[in-house]
Amino acid sequence: MTLLPPSTNKALGLAIDLDTCVGCHACVIACKEWNTANYGAPLSDQDAYGSDPVGTFLNRVHTFEYQPDQLNQPQTLSSGDTAAFQVTHFPKSCLHCQDAPCVTVCPTGASYKRSEDGIVLVNEEACIGCGLCAWACPYGARELDAEAGVMKKCTLCVDRIYNENLPEIDREPACVRTCPAGARHFGDFADPNSNVSQLVRERGSITLMPEMETRPVNAYLPPRPKLEACAEARPVPAGDTAPQQATPQGFLAWLDGALAKLEADASNKSA
Amino acid sequence: MHPAPSLILFTSLSGLGFGFFVFLGFAGGDLAGWAAFFAYAFAYGLSCAGLLSSLFHLGNPQRAWRALSQWRSSWLSREGVLAVATLLIFAPQAIAQIWGPGASLTLGVLGALLALATIGSTAMIYAQLKTVPRWHHPAVPVLFFLYALSGGALLAGFAYAAALSLLLLGGVQGAYWRRADGRFAASGSSMNTATGLGRPGSLRLLERPHTGQSYLTKEMMFQVARRRVVALRRLFWAFGIALPWLIALMAISGGGSGARLGLVAVATSLACHFVGLIAARWLFYAQAEHVVSFYYGQEAKA
Repeated sequence: MTLLPPSTNKALGLAIDLDTCVGCHACVIACKEWNTANYGAPLSDQDAYGSDPVGTFLNRVHTFEYQPDQLNQPQTLSSGDTAAFQVTHFPKSCLHCQDAPCVTVCPTGASYKRSEDGIVLVNEEACIGCGLCAWACPYGARELDAEAGVMKKCTLCVDRIYNENLPEIDREPACVRTCPAGARHFGDFADPNSNVSQLVRERGSITLMPEMETRPVNAYLPPRPKLEACAEARPVPAGDTAPQQATPQGFLAWLDGALAKLEADASNKSA
Repeated sequence: MHPAPSLILFTSLSGLGFGFFVFLGFAGGDLAGWAAFFAYAFAYGLSCAGLLSSLFHLGNPQRAWRALSQWRSSWLSREGVLAVATLLIFAPQAIAQIWGPGASLTLGVLGALLALATIGSTAMIYAQLKTVPRWHHPAVPVLFFLYALSGGALLAGFAYAAALSLLLLGGVQGAYWRRADGRFAASGSSMNTATGLGRPGSLRLLERPHTGQSYLTKEMMFQVARRRVVALRRLFWAFGIALPWLIALMAISGGGSGARLGLVAVATSLACHFVGLIAARWLFYAQAEHVVSFYYGQEAKA
C-alpha cells in the first residue's frame, strides 16, 4: 500500500555526525557487503573490472569544501574567532522521510513505509522497476539495480536490527557497526530519551532540502565551524622533533650490549 | 533527465492515440463500416503501441499488471487504470459502429472524457515531481492536452480544430520554454539547502562519492548541449507547428465538406507533426534537471 501511514510507533533512523566523519567510506563498503549477501536482490556491479565500472550502492559519501569570503564577508563566530576553510565529508543514504514522496508515487504498492518503525522499504517481488520513486526522491537515495531490475534502497538493515541470530552488539545497521570514527548513530527519534534524540538536542541538526517538505527522520549533526586561529600553522617546539637518544634498559640493554660486542668482534677480525 | 526512447515513444504515441479517441468519442459517431474500422484501428494501434513501449522502460515488465493497484496515491497507477478503462469502453462502441447499429452518444462522451483523464494523468506523472522543477509546473498538463488534441484533430481530419489547437500549442510551448529555462535556478534548491553547509562564502563539491558513473548520474544528470536545444526547438516550430498548420489552413481555404482534411493531407500533416513532437518530447526529458545534481556539484545557474 503506497499511502503513507498517518503515524508510526517508532521513528528509527540514523544520526550522522558531520563533525566526526573522516570520509573513509568504510560505511559504504560495509553496507554494500551486508546488503549484497542478505535482504533482497544482491547489489550488482556491471563491468566491475573493466574501464567503465558501475554498481548499485545504498550509501555514498560526498565531500564538500567551504571557503569563507574573507575579503567581503568575514565570518565572525560567537566566540570572536574568524571562520576558516573547511572540508566536510557527507555520507548520504535514505533518510526514511515521514512524508516520503517515493512511497506515494509507486504504482504497484512495492514501496511502503512501515507503521511500526517508520522504515521505508521496497517489496522486490512487487517492484516493476519503473524508476518513478527514484525520480521523486530529492536525495538520490534509490538506485535501480541493473541486474535485478528492481529498486534498491537503504533498509536500515532491517535484517540485522531485529535479528536474534546475531549477538546483541551487532543488531544495528552495518554502516553504524563499522564506522571507525563513531560518526553514525542508530536509534528511535520518536523516543525523546534515545541516544539519537539526545544528540540532536545537544548538537542541533541540519534538514536536507527542507523546501522539498519530505520531513526526513535521519538527522545530520552539523560540523563545528573550524576557526581561523586553529587553522594557522603553529611552529612545532624543537624538542618534539629532535632525534631521541634513548638508553635501553633490561633485556633490551643486554641485547644492545651483545650486538655492540658482536660488532666489535667483527671489526677486530677483519682488521 | 535521461531521454529514454521507450518513454518518448510511450508519451508521444499514447498521446496521439488517446487524443484521437477524444475526437472519436465526441464527434466520430457518424463513422460507419470501413471508415470506422480504420479510425478505431489507428486509435487502438497508437495508444496500445504507446502503452507497450512503456513496458520496455520497466526492469520487470512481467509484473506490469500490478501497476493498476495504487490509484489512490499514484498518478502512474491512475494513468494505467484510466487507459485500460478507455480502451475497454470504446470496444463496444467500435463494434457497434463497424458492424452494428451505430454509435451510442453516452459511450462516446464517457470514453472521450476517460481519454482526456488518461492524458491528464500521464502529464501529472511529471508535473507532480517537485524534484524536477522544470516539470513541476501547471503548464505541463496543459501542454500534454494540447499535444494530444492537436494530433487527435489531425488524425480525425478536423481542419478548424487542428489549426486552433496547433496555434494554442505553439503559444503555450513557447511561453513554457521561456519560463522553464529559469525554473531550476529559481526553484530555491541549491547546494546550500541540499547540504545545510552553506554560510557566507562559497561551497563546492570537493570529491564525488564515486569516480565513475552511477544509476543516479546516468538517469538524473543527463546533460544536453545548448546548440542542440536551439536546433531541436527549430525543428519543433517548423515540423510540429508550422507545416501541419499550413496544411490545415489549405484545407479550410479549399472549403469542401466542412473543412475536413483529405487522406493525403492527414498523412503528411501527421508525419510532420510527429517529427516536431518527438523533437520537443526529447527536449522535455533531456533538458529537465533533477535537484539531486546539487549533491554532485551542480550550481544553480540562471
